[in-house]
Order: sequence, then C-alpha cells, then structure tokens
Amino acid sequence: MAYLQGCYPLVGKEQLTAGIYSYTVSCPEIVSQAVPGQFVHVRVDGFSLRRPISICGIDTENGLLRMVFEVRGKGTEALAQLVPGQKIDLLGPLGNGFTPPAGQQVVLVGGGIGVPPLLELAARAGDRATAILGFRTASAVILAEDFRAHSCDLRLATDDGSEGYHGFVTGLLEERLAEGAPGMVCACGPMAMLKGVVEIAEAHGVPTQVSLEERMGCGVGACLVCACKTVRDGREVFTHVCKDGPVFDGKEVVFA
Amino acid sequence: MSRLEVNLAGVTLKNPVITASGCCGYGREYDKLYPIERLGGISVKGTTLQERQGNPPCRIAETPSGMLNSVGLQNPGVEAFLQNELPHLKSRDVAVIANVAGSTVEEYCAIAERLDGSGIDLLEVNISCPNVKEGGAAFGTSCTSAAEVVAQMRRRTSKPMMVKLSPNVTDIVSIARAVEDAGADAVSLINTLLGMRIDLKTRRPVLHNNVGGLSGPAVFPVAVRMVWQVAGAVKIPVVGMGGISCWQDAIEMMLAGARAVQIGAALFADPYTPVKVVEGIDAWLEQNGISDVNEIVGAVRPW
Repeated sequence: MAYLQGCYPLVGKEQLTAGIYSYTVSCPEIVSQAVPGQFVHVRVDGFSLRRPISICGIDTENGLLRMVFEVRGKGTEALAQLVPGQKIDLLGPLGNGFTPPAGQQVVLVGGGIGVPPLLELAARAGDRATAILGFRTASAVILAEDFRAHSCDLRLATDDGSEGYHGFVTGLLEERLAEGAPGMVCACGPMAMLKGVVEIAEAHGVPTQVSLEERMGCGVGACLVCACKTVRDGREVFTHVCKDGPVFDGKEVVFA
Repeated sequence: MSRLEVNLAGVTLKNPVITASGCCGYGREYDKLYPIERLGGISVKGTTLQERQGNPPCRIAETPSGMLNSVGLQNPGVEAFLQNELPHLKSRDVAVIANVAGSTVEEYCAIAERLDGSGIDLLEVNISCPNVKEGGAAFGTSCTSAAEVVAQMRRRTSKPMMVKLSPNVTDIVSIARAVEDAGADAVSLINTLLGMRIDLKTRRPVLHNNVGGLSGPAVFPVAVRMVWQVAGAVKIPVVGMGGISCWQDAIEMMLAGARAVQIGAALFADPYTPVKVVEGIDAWLEQNGISDVNEIVGAVRPW
C-alpha cells in the first residue's frame, strides 16, 4: 500500500468535549487513498515520535481528512494548540482498514476515543449500520450527532447511566445481536471491551474486526515496536499494529 | 567518481549515509517514499540464526530529545532473510549490510558461515544489543569476549566484518582495539545507551523489558565523543551513529572521524532524513569547494 508524507493545512478545528479535538486537514493526496480504519502518523514539533491518529472522516470530493484525538500527554497537548491555517505534518494513510462485507448489515461498537474510526464506516453503510457507542458519562459523549446524520441506528451507553443505556456496550451488543445477525461487527475501544465484543459476536457466529492500539515508532512496519500478540497459522506470534493492523480479525487477537 | 563516494572495508558506498539496523527493516517500507538507491547502504534488521519473537510490548518510550526501545531482536531468522529479503535488496543498487547477533559464539559463527556465500556486501556484528537477556551486549562489554567472537567469526567468513560497539562500557577504545586486533575490518558505533522510564501512576517501568536502549538527538554528543576517541585509536574505518538527525550532524560525525554514518531514530520523525542528509552533505561540499567527502573524515582540529 502506498502512503505519503507532507505538510498540509489545518482547515477546521473543533473541541468536541473536554480534551478531545476534531481536526480537518486539506490533504487530497492522502484522502484519495484512505479507507475507514486506517490512521495517519502526525508529527508534533519538538517531539521525537509521531502520534498515530485514526482517520475519522474521508471527504474525497473536497480532499478533506478528519481526525479526532484526545489530549493524553505533552505531545497531543502541543498538537491541540494548532490553529486553522497552520500546517500539519502527516504520514499516511497507514495500516489496514475495516472491510465489512458489502451490502450487508454491520454493527459498529465503539468505546470512548475508540469511536472516531467507526464514523466513516457509518457514513458508508448508512441505514445498514447499527452504532453502539459507549462513554463514561453524558458529558464525554462525542460524535453522536454525526452518526445520526448518517442515518444509522444509534444506541448510546454510559457507564453511569447519565445518557442512554446504563452499562457497557456489551449489554447493547447482546440486545442487538438477539434481533438478528449482521454481516460483521466492527469495534474499536479498550482491550477489555474488545475482548467482550469478540466473545459475544463469536457466540452468535458473527465475524468481527477490531482496531488495536499500541505505542508506535515508525508507523510503517520498519521498526517493529508496536507488537501485539495474534494467532497466525495456528501459533501465537507478535505482529505489528501499524502494518498488520490496526484492524485485525477478532479471532486472531490474543486478549490478555 | 562522485565526491560522495566512500570505501568501507573494501565496499564502495555511493554516499556515506546508511540506514541503521532496526530502523528500516529490509528497506521495503521507506522504498515506498523514495527509491532506496538514494542511500549509500542499508543495515538490515538484526538477524539471528533462528526466528525470534522479541520482547512483549510496550517496546518504546519517548524521552526528552530521544526514545527508548526494547524490541528484543524480533526477526524471522537468517534463512528467512536469505530467502525472502536478500533477493529484493540485491536487485537494487545499494550496499547490503547484514546486521547479525547471536546468543553464543557458535551462533555468531554459524550465521557468519551461512552468509559467507550470500550476496551481502558487509557483515555488521552486533555485540551490543541491550535488549536481550542472553548474549548480545554480554559479548560487547569485555575485550576478551568481543575479541573471541570476532576471531572465531573471522575463520568462518571471507566477508568484510564491521563490529557494532556498545557505549555501555567503561572504555570503548579498548574494546575497539580488541576487535581490530581480532580481525575486524571496521567498527560502527554507538549502539543505544541503556536507559529506563517509570510510569508514576502504575509505578511500572514504561518498557515491559524494564530497561531499553536510548537513541535520538539526546545521545548525539556522546556518540561524537566516542567516535572521535575510537577513530584516534584504530586504523580500521569507523562508522558513526547515534542521534544524527540532519546533514550538519552527519558532517560533524565525519569530522570526528567517521568514514560513513548511520541514521536510525530520526527516520521516525522524518522518513526522508537520510535523503536530506545526502543532499545536505553534497551541497555543503560544493559550497566549501571540497571535491571528495573523504577529506573531511577525521578533519576536526582539536584544541
């Protein structure tokens, strides 16, 4: 897969909730090759390592790429200081995306900052998609309106019950799968959530794809730092999130 | 002859810029951004006799002006390298440096023998990997064991041998002299400096291996110093690495005594770094009316 590196103008910036930002970048060359579930590797001035950020929206018509990120440390804090008009150094699109079967129902399960990479899938699946999105609390909810705008069946969960279903996304997934089997469940979120999602989907005979995260170096498969344990050809091996993922077949992933 | 050409232990490099082992795989990844022929050479991922899975994650931590890594020599083994990677590297006009590591002297020798008839241009003997429990750095921290590995390998291969030295020693010069005496054709330095980070919340080391190798601009002055000391003490060529992130760094390293340079961690921030370094050195030579890059090797004027 080809990828590019360049400095592209930030054309839109929005704070979605405390510590979470949505950036829109004009980068037609990257956008024209991007698929849902891939990521861009973002350089931040003054930091040795790039930050991998999942692609949230792909607007091929206007050459716009949307990414939503959470401030987690000094690097993302510095990244959050950019203002529209400034340029941002991107390497991408990188990794393998989600590949739900065409024309079939798809269930998207996202937890917290794992929600953004599912939005473009929802945009493409429209009313064939059920989006089950979980957050800590009502004030942490992001992108709900965006999912609704793509006319998917949106089901929200919060850990404290302050909005939507009171509990974890796995409860809502059980409910949804009881209504009928989709072609695939695509998920992104904490490992504990992904483990639960894969177990439930497998019990219903539904294939899964999950997007993983690991501390990353090069982003292109050269340095081998972002190891994750997966089963390949019947044995457990360390594959790499940047090149072999970030989206993996749920069956392959060895959950701790 | 181009003014950038250098000779490293009998191997002609079209320019003195090599990508460092472990930072560019087998050249396939960055070849998607620019043709790898732009490089003088590629030092491939550290290769062992058998496949190695490496250390559990987390394997990387950012540090001020640098990074720690503890990959732990994950690689598919020498046979897979020969079958799956070397053919495509040999089809390209770039020097192929096979970085090899072992847990025992016998393993080092077996790899040397296996690669002897292959198309690689140069062996880089890694006696300095800080991230594996057995072997690796253990060989590189004593003159006796470093010399033993090199002397034994020397009998098993006709390939030129460059020995990659650890900075985690009391006196790197004595190790360099020991491997020179044992038959090394070149030395490369520095491998990473052993370091550690701890997460305040969990009180766990950030790296699953607890400790890892520090690289990046943070180590550059240490590397320049060690290259200068070693270059003044041995007759074989020295390849300088450690924190080089721009052409000015590369020239500085060459002034200290490096015949060629390797670039590693800088690739992660800017994958085009090696190409920019080649262009930058060339432009600097032009501006300064220097017709041969070899003229600057060791040309520092110490006080």
